[in-house]
Amino acid sequence: MTTDLGNGRMTTDLGMPTVASDPHHHLRGTEPFPVAAHRALADTQLRQNLGHATRTIRAKRAGVVGEVDDWEELRRAGEGVKADVMARLPELLEQLEASVTARGGVVHWARDAEEANRIVVDLVRETGSDEVVKVKSMATQETGLNEALGAAGIAALETDLAELIVQLSDDTPSHFLVPAIHRNRSEIRDIFLREMPDVDPALTDEPRRLAMAARTHLRRKFLSATVGISGVNFAVADTGTISVVESEGNGRMCLTLPDTLITVMGVEKIVPTWSDLEVFLQLLPRSSTGERMNPYTSTWSGVTPGDGPQAFHLVLMDNGRSNVLASPDGRQALHCIRCSACLNVCPVYERTGGHAYGSIYPGPIGAVLSPQLTGIDGPDDVNASLPYASSLCGACFDACPVRIDIPHLLVQQRAAAVEAHGRPTAQDVAMRAAATAMASPRRFSLAERALRLGRLLGRSGRIRSVPGPGASAWFGARDMPAPPTETFREWWARRDRT
Amino acid sequence: MTARDEVLARLRAARDAGGATPPDVPRGYRRTGAFAPGSAEVVARLDETLTDYRATVHRVADEDDVSEAVARVLEEAGATTFVAPPGLPARWVAAVTARVRPDEPPLSVAELDRVDAVVTGAAVAIADTGTFVLDALAPDQGRRAISLVPDHHVCVVRADAVVSSVPEALARLDPDGPLTFVSGPSATSDIELDRVEGVHGPRRLDVVLVGPM
Repeated sequence: MTTDLGNGRMTTDLGMPTVASDPHHHLRGTEPFPVAAHRALADTQLRQNLGHATRTIRAKRAGVVGEVDDWEELRRAGEGVKADVMARLPELLEQLEASVTARGGVVHWARDAEEANRIVVDLVRETGSDEVVKVKSMATQETGLNEALGAAGIAALETDLAELIVQLSDDTPSHFLVPAIHRNRSEIRDIFLREMPDVDPALTDEPRRLAMAARTHLRRKFLSATVGISGVNFAVADTGTISVVESEGNGRMCLTLPDTLITVMGVEKIVPTWSDLEVFLQLLPRSSTGERMNPYTSTWSGVTPGDGPQAFHLVLMDNGRSNVLASPDGRQALHCIRCSACLNVCPVYERTGGHAYGSIYPGPIGAVLSPQLTGIDGPDDVNASLPYASSLCGACFDACPVRIDIPHLLVQQRAAAVEAHGRPTAQDVAMRAAATAMASPRRFSLAERALRLGRLLGRSGRIRSVPGPGASAWFGARDMPAPPTETFREWWARRDRT
Repeated sequence: MTARDEVLARLRAARDAGGATPPDVPRGYRRTGAFAPGSAEVVARLDETLTDYRATVHRVADEDDVSEAVARVLEEAGATTFVAPPGLPARWVAAVTARVRPDEPPLSVAELDRVDAVVTGAAVAIADTGTFVLDALAPDQGRRAISLVPDHHVCVVRADAVVSSVPEALARLDPDGPLTFVSGPSATSDIELDRVEGVHGPRRLDVVLVGPM
């Protein structure tokens, strides 16, 4: 059993659902969402970049989704397949293991992020290589694999254009699909000019020229790489087939040219049969980049003599997924295929960007996935603030290609955040004070008169803070109009007299 | 307890706690597309969707005309060498003047990098999405590296390989060998979410489409 120690922390007993380890703080930021969001909102360049990018992608998505007359049926099938996977996950994983092994792959199991990183580091060391090329992968972002490889003296080279931009500028990703969505073309040119040793100093900010600069920068590395590392979009249990969906061809390079391929997947990335891909290969590209199909999708099953890596390792990682799976509704968050449609339509994400969420899983889905992966440690856990990063407008559900009921999960996680209030916070104290004041007419009238003092604070007609217990927490996200000179009850009494 | 046993035990406990009854998966979506496989309509739609994503399509009515189209494409691109998978039909390249580099024995990556182009067939093509699929185990398509490293890919797609929809395509494919789904030349949407063609994969993509016009 997991045991609640009273402060929200759980001890782990063998074999029971367990929250994620987060050795490099990629699932939990350092400050609550409202604090980070305030800063992001003040960055007008960021808001311009995000507004432009999300408007572009929303229009493209709407166009290609509109072409598909059975879109709703596909969404329902996607939802059903994923729900089926959750109900049979252990058996499907054993089937996948058997299929991959039968085709010459080696399957490894990792309880958490540290274990996944250790397995990969050891595998790379065995090859004798001190450099790896990587396909963009959320799973290895989550574990902080690049940091772990770096600590072991192994250089990890990100090859996806946006991930390269993030890596070169020592930044963090802010979107599933386009980790550098917060950067515009001229910022990207500046990063390339500063960080790419052989770049043409006359580089312009024309996107085509920027893409060419990335091609030149990475080409030699691709052609000489001996170890590739990837994530997984879909792993097919009955055939042992792994698929990676991409655009640039960097994925094909990493999956094809090295001698050794190491693939890390969260255990939920599985589908039962090859034909299930007919659903997801329609849903994902249209929801994600707004294309009928992404330029390249690679699939492979184990090792193929004479083609591609002759050593293939698949790392199956839990890292908190068992904790999510244990929740009857919450497990829907594991249905996510990382298309990022919910980010692109979210009025909150569009204004704050991904960094404000702290976790590498941002946006509406991140707001329900991150707190479930990490668990909520107590009222001050920054991930407890994520479920409130929403107006519950429901746009995320409409856009979700596998019909995850994100608004419902947000409400549920808000309840979980409230339950984590094992001890009273400042806001609780303020609420209790308000309850006391409102409990009797006499006390309420005294409080009303005290409020009039607020006029002194509210020169602009708004009150932004007041002294007193809990007040700063309350006013952290709100202001209120200055109270009138006269209370209603005073006015009523005066009116009676005249 | 090994990591394997522990992860599986955790997932069993979690699965049982959250619900272990598999739902019926609703399969109300269309498994066959609007046009019959190999029909003039499906080929015409493929022409449109390929072109939409910046592949250059060359229509020929008959397989006898393939080699002239391939020759013209390579010549226009200034290609003097091309790599051919072991089972590329000789008649597809009979009129080509560029020098063939057979991938038999397999060329090294450095050699592939010096070849101007590659000519392959395709296992299946999807008209709805502008996609063709390469099967590494098919003799006229060859191992994955040959259609990846050269900067110019010429793909010959016969009408009998063209289907309307994704489900029809997957039903024809064998996932045992590596497959590559290609939809247009290499591209990226990573700069302001605008699509730009030409990154790491072949920057030039020509499709010779054989079939009813």
